[in-house]
Amino acid sequence: MINLLTPEFLFTVIRVTTPILLAAMAAVICNKAGVVNIALEGIMLTSALTGVLISGFTQNLWLGALGGIVGGVFIAFLLAYFALYLKTDIILGGIALNLLTVGGTVFVMFAITGDKGATNSVRSLQFPSINIPFIQDIPIIGQMLSGHNLLTYLAIVMVFLVYFLLYKTTFGLRLRAVGENPDAASSVGIDVNRIQLYALLLSGVIASFGGMYMSMAYLKVFTTNMVAGRGYIALAAAAMGQANPVGTSIASLLFGFMESFGYQLQSRGIPSQFINMVPYVSTIIGLVLYAQYRQRQIAKKKIQKIHEEEVKA
Amino acid sequence: MQEIVRMVDILKVYPNGIVANQKVNFSIVEGEIHALVGENGAGKSTLMKILFGIEQPTEGSIVLNGQEVKFSNPQEAIKHGIGMVHQHFMLVPSLTVAENIVLGDEPKKAGGLLDIQKAIADTAEIAKRYHFDIDPKAKVEDCSVGTKQKIEILKALFHGAKVLILDEPTAVLTPQETSELFKELMLLKDKGHTIVFISHKLNEVKEITDRITIMRAGKDVGTYDTDKVSKEDISNLMVGREIVWDLDKSKAEPRDVAVQVENVTLVNEHKRKLLDDVNFSIRKGEILGVVGVEGNGQRELVDVLTGLQQASLGTITINGENIQRYSIRKIRDLGLSHIPEDRMTLGVAEYASIEENLLSIYFDKPEFLNGPFMKLKQINAWAKEKVVDYRVKTGSEKTPVKMLSGGNIQKVVVAREFSNNPKVIIADQPTRGIDVGAAQFIHKKLIELRDKGCAVLLVSADLTEVMDLSDSLVVFYNGRIVGYFEDASLLSETELGLYMLGLKAQSEAEIRRCVYA
Repeated sequence: MINLLTPEFLFTVIRVTTPILLAAMAAVICNKAGVVNIALEGIMLTSALTGVLISGFTQNLWLGALGGIVGGVFIAFLLAYFALYLKTDIILGGIALNLLTVGGTVFVMFAITGDKGATNSVRSLQFPSINIPFIQDIPIIGQMLSGHNLLTYLAIVMVFLVYFLLYKTTFGLRLRAVGENPDAASSVGIDVNRIQLYALLLSGVIASFGGMYMSMAYLKVFTTNMVAGRGYIALAAAAMGQANPVGTSIASLLFGFMESFGYQLQSRGIPSQFINMVPYVSTIIGLVLYAQYRQRQIAKKKIQKIHEEEVKA
Repeated sequence: MQEIVRMVDILKVYPNGIVANQKVNFSIVEGEIHALVGENGAGKSTLMKILFGIEQPTEGSIVLNGQEVKFSNPQEAIKHGIGMVHQHFMLVPSLTVAENIVLGDEPKKAGGLLDIQKAIADTAEIAKRYHFDIDPKAKVEDCSVGTKQKIEILKALFHGAKVLILDEPTAVLTPQETSELFKELMLLKDKGHTIVFISHKLNEVKEITDRITIMRAGKDVGTYDTDKVSKEDISNLMVGREIVWDLDKSKAEPRDVAVQVENVTLVNEHKRKLLDDVNFSIRKGEILGVVGVEGNGQRELVDVLTGLQQASLGTITINGENIQRYSIRKIRDLGLSHIPEDRMTLGVAEYASIEENLLSIYFDKPEFLNGPFMKLKQINAWAKEKVVDYRVKTGSEKTPVKMLSGGNIQKVVVAREFSNNPKVIIADQPTRGIDVGAAQFIHKKLIELRDKGCAVLLVSADLTEVMDLSDSLVVFYNGRIVGYFEDASLLSETELGLYMLGLKAQSEAEIRRCVYA
């Protein structure tokens, strides 16, 4: 049997969850603002490449990080420009950008490094891993929680930051109002387009960290199509978490768990083609279960309302 | 009294060439409640949209407190103290009452943080000042329609509205909520606010307003002191023709039973009885009215009769045929016509043309078909005829239904449903939200069909309508029939109210009288 409750396994879960969680937080902001950021995948892929290249050429991690963010935000800006100002369908625009970046990143990589598979020739920098004092000394918990990459801790902090932004600031209030009833928001003088633009750009920043985690922490190079659907899984996580930061984190963790589980199976000699399916199959199963749960909740709410009306009558 | 708003020679031509306002003059004085009445499509809403900055006039000017102003968007109007409560609420359901009210002008702490405590306090304070009973912390999605409207009014007041435009505020309210609203409006007036009250309901206009401006076909036909004009005068000015207030209706001569409803019970998935052992008959040549406070089973009754839902128990027969498990199509083939309550959802396909909507239940009739092809010329000629017969105001029968006013859309629905030689008509709120002229036209048609031997079931929340039009009445309460009145004309509104609110009920035997053999 596979023992899933080892500290090593749980460490892996957290490690694997990190990019999904970051992208899912990006998705939460956009969902709440009423724009589906379907281009998360492309944002992550672009930032993964630009982060590696710029850190490699400048040999400065922070400039590299800035480069990654600029790359990701550029894609987010393109999506915003298409969807908000040219009024194209955001789904189509997003898919176009995702397809563009799959080929585009390889093109740029080949043009700069002469390699179509990976950026091995670039000596890029990585985000450091951090041991947390005190916690690292606690048995088991220390093994699980300490020694992760800086970006993993950033992802955890991001959950709280996003929560705070959405529910404690006036910008968050306006953003939620825009997402739920844009007419209501604009009737009191809120510029709907502008809020949605900010939401997309902000989600570009957050998702860029997810992308850079892939190439500057999880791996040490950029490889072709290395994001491998994590942007879409993040959208599924945000949907399951009803775009609530906490619920979305739990859903992200679930997907991270399934992916790690897949790796465990791999070491048990199960064909890798099956293993590779695990995250996606679990996404589908997760969405179906979630949809069923939602249906029941809606039905329950209806009864409640009927009962309340009965009481009133 | 000082004049607060004057709109001078307002001309509005929409890009599609429709002239909505033709040199309209409109003036309101401070502290009055001013009614703006007119048929659907008379230009009231356009005029108010111009005042609120949603639309810009093609020509003409707006003078506010003696100064000419131009509003290019609602925010500018709000800044100048004008507020509008739309028919469709502009609220965010998942936010609290307080959050909705302060939205756009939120109290802030340092660093862009929302000061929710102040928002709640401000909301409570403004609600108290105007005697609105409201919980600032409640979520809007849990609020009733009446409360939502109060939130809208408070929101406008919070944003500093001195002039408040209310677009058909009572259309969605129960009678109790309406009277509560009126009390609140009177209070607002006492506190110096000015209110523009857009309405079709002349009773309400008479009750609450000081002055009336009447519009007809894009023009204003004058402003009057409310107490100096009668309802009849107003309606004459609105439609420009004599309206007969007493329906020209002969006594019904009911014949044999067309629809028999026996022991019908409808249970929802949570075992709640929405219809509870309902028995009654609709006879040929009578209009049977169904009344009740909304949510007491009327909607479900219409659903089971028209096949939208299956009854859980009991049988429904139409001209002797049991319609259980019949498709809607099959039920319609028995001669049943249905005017649905929500015309935009169930009545029409809004982007389809008038002609297509008319055709939607006749498209497979042999007279319109030539093998697999449609006889487009015949169809077009037929549609043209219907547009004329039913006085649908439109340039062409190819116009998308969405472009028509509410009353004209309803005429399209009625034209379709009445052109089939119906044997049974289920008319659910047939004149809700449409103008007097169109409503009267539909009433006349219903009576005409009744006299031809059609069995009519009329469900309406408009008591005047249902009492005037119906020959007999059943009252629904809690999914059951609690009263049957063979002669509706002998009944008073107060009496009916007692049954509707469940304060009074007839005995089993009395109720059984509505079942005919």
